Amino acid sequence: MMSDTLKPSLAPPAARRDHGLSLGALARRPETGSFLGMLIVFAFFAVFGGSSFLGLGGAASWLNVAAEIGIVALPVGLLMIAGELDLSVGSVIPAASMTVAVLSGYFDLPLVVGIAAALALGLLVGFVNGLLVLRTGVPSFIITLGSLFAVAGLTLGISVLVTGSTGVALQTGPLGKALLGSFIGGMFQVTILWWIAALLAVGYILHVSPIGNWIFALGGDKVSARNEGIPIDRLTVQLFMGSGFCSAFVGISQAILYNSAQVSTGQSFIFNSIISVVIGGVLLTGGFGSVVGIAFGTITFAIVSQGIFYTGFDANWASLIIGVLLLLAVLMNNTFRRLALSATTSKGKAK
Amino acid sequence: MTTPILRLTNVSKSFGPVDVLHDISLQVNAGEVLCLLGDNGAGKSTLIKTLSGVHAPTSGTMEMDGQPVAFANPREASDRGIATVHQFGGTFPLMSIGRCFFVGREPVKRWGPLKAYDRRTANEVAVKAIQGFGITRITDGDRLVGGLSGGERQSLAIARAVHFGARVLILDEPTAALGVKQASHVLRIVLEARRRGLAVIFITHQVTHAMAVGDRFAVLIRGSLAASFAKGERTREEITDLMAGGEAMAELEAEIAAHEAGSPQAA
Ligand SMILES: Nc1ncnc2c1ncn2[C@@H]1O[C@H](COP(=O)(O)OP(=O)(O)OP(=O)(O)O)[C@@H](O)[C@H]1O
Ligand SMILES: [Mg+2]
Repeated sequence: MMSDTLKPSLAPPAARRDHGLSLGALARRPETGSFLGMLIVFAFFAVFGGSSFLGLGGAASWLNVAAEIGIVALPVGLLMIAGELDLSVGSVIPAASMTVAVLSGYFDLPLVVGIAAALALGLLVGFVNGLLVLRTGVPSFIITLGSLFAVAGLTLGISVLVTGSTGVALQTGPLGKALLGSFIGGMFQVTILWWIAALLAVGYILHVSPIGNWIFALGGDKVSARNEGIPIDRLTVQLFMGSGFCSAFVGISQAILYNSAQVSTGQSFIFNSIISVVIGGVLLTGGFGSVVGIAFGTITFAIVSQGIFYTGFDANWASLIIGVLLLLAVLMNNTFRRLALSATTSKGKAK
Repeated sequence: MTTPILRLTNVSKSFGPVDVLHDISLQVNAGEVLCLLGDNGAGKSTLIKTLSGVHAPTSGTMEMDGQPVAFANPREASDRGIATVHQFGGTFPLMSIGRCFFVGREPVKRWGPLKAYDRRTANEVAVKAIQGFGITRITDGDRLVGGLSGGERQSLAIARAVHFGARVLILDEPTAALGVKQASHVLRIVLEARRRGLAVIFITHQVTHAMAVGDRFAVLIRGSLAASFAKGERTREEITDLMAGGEAMAELEAEIAAHEAGSPQAA
């Protein structure tokens, strides 16, 4: 009989070791692959781009691009880890630009009012996205594809109706300009600092706070996450609102930086943010990823798209490099994930 | 006579026009393993989803310790001590053992208004709890759950339920996808849970597994309780027949006998 053989053997004092740098621990980190990718890309452009790429100007050019994409890629990455996608960022950005420009430029309201309205708009689009995803059960790819077009149409329609044009000028006071649209040292966009702040905030949410665990669980297995009592509906809506908010923020800072807003400026962000997140080691189907990885992915993307101008190559080749890089990144990340699944950190396994 | 931890009286469940469970009455006591047997689609999973708060019964009553209960959601049931390891899912392959163990109940350290997930505590407690069930190979709470064997994953889920104070442990086919060795591991863990005084509801297709650990047995056929008996009251063959609705197995045996008679080398 089974019960006679039941002797729950007590654990021998397991050889505990704190995680040093073992291969297993390294493979387990979602950013390992993207870090290598970033180094390789950087080295490539350091060789072919020469000293001007390596100089301050070169650094500023890719950092500026990375910061704008990065602020959007972070919440998009969180959503992807939670198993959702958000394409609507591509029209929330211009919608927010237009909102702040129309209110604070065309109508001359205080800048804070315009900013608040634009951010509220971003939150609202996110809220609606989240609600529709929950209520309809339609994949978020489709829902946000719909809202991408709906918001773009609304922006265009309302802009033309109100201002009679598709572009509006915006003059801001020194404070607004300094905080959202200035260059530090004449070349580094102040957005870089906001990106760093966003990295810290999202890093805290995902990796430090218990909510991060909920996000991973939600992306790993939605039904089980719900059964464990995780408020997945609220969390989903909040994540969509986060991406609406961050997209709106980028839209606002663009309008302030360029002193004007156009109805169609954000489309490139849709794919650029997703590419950065995927290069950064986030699993497209959810449940795996890291904020550091997303940052590496964003930097890699920015280096390729800007570094090309420092080489003698035709800039058209940048898209080719990004395409190949994306595929390589996914393959490499898959390999690392497989390694991670089979890896233990214990060098001397207990028994 | 002791009050059972959990008692169902005349529980029925239908999904719209589809009646899945009819008039089920069951009970489990502390320190006892109730095996729930039945063919595919008999309603076993539906029954335990009703017990664990995923579905509300259409009619009938559920009592815990003699008090009527109704669960609005699975969390409410698990807060009352009914822990379920579902047939599919339940663990998160790309999460670490520690994170998976504490999912939804993360231990935190506080810095003023900020909360931080306490990885070290989570890993230590998780590894200790799993080792307490005899799985001593697991020493590293940072390992990803997807890298564990099926049996180890079931053990993780069971250890977790017990750690969080489960009094009733519901296991939906925990041995279904496992080889002999892994399955016997899980069975041993079921017995350890019973020894710790839990009531265990154990669902399986495999009569051998049921007979190894069961104290009481209940057989579901097309949503009704076809039989309910204690250990030793039925033979293995009788149970197998019951599960298959009696006829199917006899037919199969007849076919096999005929086949063997026809092909002499199959001796
Ligand atoms: N949500 C639902 N809506 C309608 N019918 C359902 C639902 N859930 C289950 N059923 C039906 O109820 C019956 C019993 O299903 P259940 O999953 O409980 O069977 P089971 O005994 O667990 O089978 P298995 O051994 O294959 O796991 C099946 O016919 C199934 O189609
Ligand atoms: Mg089932």
